[in-house]
Amino acid sequence: MRYEAPETLDAAVGLLAGESGQVKVLAGGTDVLVQIHADMIDLDLIVDIKKIPEMREIVEEDGAWRFGAAVTGKEMMDNAAFNKAWPGVMDGVRLIGSVQVRGRATVGGNLCNASPAADGVPPMIAARAVAIIVGPNGRREIPVEDVAIAPGKTSLEPGEIVVSFQLPKRAPNSGDAYLRFTPRTEMDIAVVGCGINLTLDDKGICTDARVSLGAVAARALLVDEAAKALIATPVDAAALENLAAAASAACKPIDDKRGTIEYRTEVAGVLAQRAAAIALERAKS
Amino acid sequence: MGRAPSPFATKIPYEKKDLKIVGSNPTDRGDAVDKVTGRARYAADITLPGQLIGRVLRSPHARANILSIDMSAAEALPGVKSVVTCDDFPDMAVEHAASGELMVNFRDVTRNMMARENVLYDGHPVAAVAATSDAIARAALKLIKVEYEVLPHVIDVVEAMQPDAPVLHDDQFTKGVEPKPEKPSNIAARLESKLGDIEKGFAEAEIIIEREFNTKPVHQGYIEPQASVANYTEGGLAEVWTGTQGHFVFRAQIAKLLQMDMSKVKVVPAELGGGFGGKNNVYLEPLAIMLSKKGKRPVKMVMDRDEVFRATGPTSGTNVKVKMGCTKDGRITAAQAELNYQSGAYAGSSLPLATITVFTRYDLENVSVVGHDVTTNRPKVAAYRAPGAPMVAFGVETVIDEMARECGMDPIDFRLKNAAKEGTQTHFGPKLGPIGYIQTLERAQANAHMKEKLGPNQGRGVATGFWFTLGAETSATVNIGEDGTATLIFGTVDVTGGSRSAFAMIVAEELGIPFEKVRTMSGDTSALGFNFMTAGSRGTAAGSMAAVTATRKAIARMCEIAARKWEVETDEVVWEDGHARPAGANVGDFAPMSVAELAKEASWFGGTIAGHAEINVAQGGPGFGTHVVDVEVDRRTGAVKVLRYTLVQDAGKAIYPEFIEGQFQGGAVQGIGTALNEEYIYNDKGVLENAGFLDYRIPVASDVPFINTEIVEVPNPDHPYGVRGIGEVPIIPPLPAIANAIFDAVGVRMRDHPMSPPKVLKALKDQMIADASSQGTAAE
Amino acid sequence: MAKQYVTTTVNGDLTELLCDSTQTLLDVLRDELGMTGTKEGCGTGDCGACSVTLDGVLVCSCLVLGIEANGKSVETIEGMAKGEELHPLQQKFIDHIALQCGICTPGLLIAARSLLEENSDPTESEIRYWLAGNLCRCTGYHKIVEAVQAAAIEMRGN
Repeated sequence: MRYEAPETLDAAVGLLAGESGQVKVLAGGTDVLVQIHADMIDLDLIVDIKKIPEMREIVEEDGAWRFGAAVTGKEMMDNAAFNKAWPGVMDGVRLIGSVQVRGRATVGGNLCNASPAADGVPPMIAARAVAIIVGPNGRREIPVEDVAIAPGKTSLEPGEIVVSFQLPKRAPNSGDAYLRFTPRTEMDIAVVGCGINLTLDDKGICTDARVSLGAVAARALLVDEAAKALIATPVDAAALENLAAAASAACKPIDDKRGTIEYRTEVAGVLAQRAAAIALERAKS
Repeated sequence: MGRAPSPFATKIPYEKKDLKIVGSNPTDRGDAVDKVTGRARYAADITLPGQLIGRVLRSPHARANILSIDMSAAEALPGVKSVVTCDDFPDMAVEHAASGELMVNFRDVTRNMMARENVLYDGHPVAAVAATSDAIARAALKLIKVEYEVLPHVIDVVEAMQPDAPVLHDDQFTKGVEPKPEKPSNIAARLESKLGDIEKGFAEAEIIIEREFNTKPVHQGYIEPQASVANYTEGGLAEVWTGTQGHFVFRAQIAKLLQMDMSKVKVVPAELGGGFGGKNNVYLEPLAIMLSKKGKRPVKMVMDRDEVFRATGPTSGTNVKVKMGCTKDGRITAAQAELNYQSGAYAGSSLPLATITVFTRYDLENVSVVGHDVTTNRPKVAAYRAPGAPMVAFGVETVIDEMARECGMDPIDFRLKNAAKEGTQTHFGPKLGPIGYIQTLERAQANAHMKEKLGPNQGRGVATGFWFTLGAETSATVNIGEDGTATLIFGTVDVTGGSRSAFAMIVAEELGIPFEKVRTMSGDTSALGFNFMTAGSRGTAAGSMAAVTATRKAIARMCEIAARKWEVETDEVVWEDGHARPAGANVGDFAPMSVAELAKEASWFGGTIAGHAEINVAQGGPGFGTHVVDVEVDRRTGAVKVLRYTLVQDAGKAIYPEFIEGQFQGGAVQGIGTALNEEYIYNDKGVLENAGFLDYRIPVASDVPFINTEIVEVPNPDHPYGVRGIGEVPIIPPLPAIANAIFDAVGVRMRDHPMSPPKVLKALKDQMIADASSQGTAAE
Repeated sequence: MAKQYVTTTVNGDLTELLCDSTQTLLDVLRDELGMTGTKEGCGTGDCGACSVTLDGVLVCSCLVLGIEANGKSVETIEGMAKGEELHPLQQKFIDHIALQCGICTPGLLIAARSLLEENSDPTESEIRYWLAGNLCRCTGYHKIVEAVQAAAIEMRGN
């Protein structure tokens, strides 16, 4: 396996596009090294992108945040201002692995590894995050929900890398939250995950909402029907009932060693309600 | 237990006396500094110059015939220095031996170590290579061509017992059935144990409860994977450093498997990174030795974590039926159980132990236990801390909880009313000696835990456990140095890190010298007489008997030296407070002689001072424990949170009390893991799906609260310090205690293990449906 | 494939070594540098026995390539004591019997030290959640948490 650590985006794209064999990007390595260890992949080239400045910054520009795809979970946790702006995204980041894993893991890697259960993804979808992608044909932007398409598969073309994520400026009275269900308190892959982002008007009525579910389909879902259950309501018990029903209805899960179809569908509704309650609290405070 | 007690076994009567050192907590543990600095040497830390790295090729199929194995491409790979298959190991005839708490059959041990005609589980070793690097060894495995004929497999114990199940061994006919069956079966053996008249017992019962339970296999989950480093010398000697709970047993097994003289095999026990019974079995050692012999270089083999799960032994998965009867005022009149235990690919599960422990907390007149040992396409089971017991406790302790409630009695009061005590006749033969069961129940009842208030969806459960203490062959040597310090060479592997301090405390107590003047060292197989496995909670209990015996012999020798010096008879010299003294004023006015003084004079008076013990310790006093747990159940997800945990256990005599607390806590948390989330998950091809710590879910620090412990001391009458084994009891009650607590919290009875969130949620939903329909019926 | 040349600082010592591109930092520490204090329990980042710090950040060394340590600073268990003087955490682990078999202990100590560097007065819950990435099978975590609490008190100078 050849190891390269380019210092510019152009160099990285060149290496990725120019490789005819098996190649992967190395960000935090917390998924890729596990795959190498398990003999699931046999790489000809690994491209370490941690020396590329644009991929490692966290910047706020006029209320809108942009952070590089290779910023580690720990670095995000240590950024007080970002935590304050997007606590729901940080709920997800804080649940990736362990402290040790978060010392290396990145939201970019978490997304592009394309596990349907990735904890960083639903709250990013709920936040309306946009992925900025660079490749041989230049730069483009797509909503984060369009990056992963199936377990282990992204929509990226050969040679393309996710460079950074753009989050929109927050409307006032907004709050986001992410919850997941796991059998243990830590260390497990999510059986179900739910990210909710909502905005209230000054009468406490929800004017905007986004609901995203993880681990219940081939990729994280953006559930419009669930959002509609909250919009134009005070997010009261009746709205939460509808939210749960819509969340459960949207699930297309599988039976696997981590959960059954029945269980995931049921718990998706429960988590949606609980996440909505937290997002509501945060929106009001 | 398979072995009748020998009349020559050693018992040393309990001596009640004031103790100066035993029962305190030493400041210098002997192993601790090396462990906290990373200097302690576990098997994988050992490197021999020029060593090769060995790796094992394992079956990807649950069951298949091996049609051919072609090693040629692997052997030709540059860097590969030796390869082995079953052709390098002699076939073994049927022959049984004790290996820890389970028996082994050499015909099966060699096949489990390296498949011969067929493979019987995903992970079964098929071939092994040794190469100059790990990368080359792994690449070589990929070049081995194996032709398999895949066959139908069976995983579940009940399915395997059906007459139409695929049969793993066509030469296995159920033992214990008359007349001998004509058709081979997965049921390797049927056991029965009875007391009194079970029919009469049920006839007398006013309340009868009959329930069925199912448990999945769980793994010991030691954090250190198996590792061995072997060196076969040109002179035909094999030396191997390995992680083992019993190096002498390993030596005997290795010698047999390789058909070498035992005297030509040396096994050195490395510091052990957890065993819990799982390191009572030989896996890598013979492979490493043979690879070393053929490669003419030392060979190091370390298992990957997924190999540990796939190919070392978990516990049995079980199906257990319990039927018990009692009078309305809470007296048990009948106790019956059917135990179906799967042993994995080869016969020999913990069924005999389960049979002994199932009801042995209660004073019963009418008992009937029937059990089946069943082979299935899973790895051969190994012992795991009280092997067989948690599964039957799951059944019995929850049925008892039901009976107590039916009688309107507190669960502890119900148990007190039926408690086993000194003189209770067990159903498997012996009467119990003095035991501390009642004391643990009473202390639990009095514990502050019982006063804690429970909130909504919170509940409290109680359960109890029993385990015996093995004795067996134990050897030790005490050497007294010229400077008056003592060295104990012990051979019962110190699996926890605490036994060696316990031994040192006892030697210091016996000699009457400070604890700091005693050093302990682990002896390899060339240094001592035979020592049985550290298993059956015998490590400190039996090891300390040998330490006492050896020390007393050293003391006798020191008294002899004083007698020779003073020119008196040896029986006119006594040992007191670390000195040889004249037995009385009439013997003479001789100044007492300290250990150091005697050591300086020893050579002149006949030779240096040492004491040996090579004894077979009688099976020791059993241990009992009572556990109380509070849980909270999330009704909407089925998640169970452990809020509070208390356990009380009889240690006989706590030599090292704080260490014992740690063992109690560790065993309880293993039990909590077993109860809530641990299980082996197989797919429909019989391949293990969760062969790693991500999806084999052992408790993490945030999953459990502090575990409150209380030690009760009812001395073991056959041990000079009253010690009982303590290591295994703690893992038995958590599973039923949590099941009982879940019932107390939300009213559902869990009988299917593990009690993971989906199962609890489903039980809650089924309960809601059942309640709704019964209400509907009542309303009509 | 030729080996990679790596220069890294390990416990303050400038160290040069050769390694394969697929070797992890854990492999390098144990097999190339002979530093066996850092343990392999799983190789997949699930048990924490291989914990080290990399440029001061707590990581699993099995999830870092040896090459990635180039130019960086690694701290392992072997560097935790200062000569004869044990770190307060090491001493408290001994005093409180926070270890039995000891195989998880190096990883736990490294992780606990990182915790106390970031939070000198952690609650019981904060300790448990921080250490969730370090599996222990012998102790049930009880005495480990007590030892960390005791070390925190001592290190705060209370």
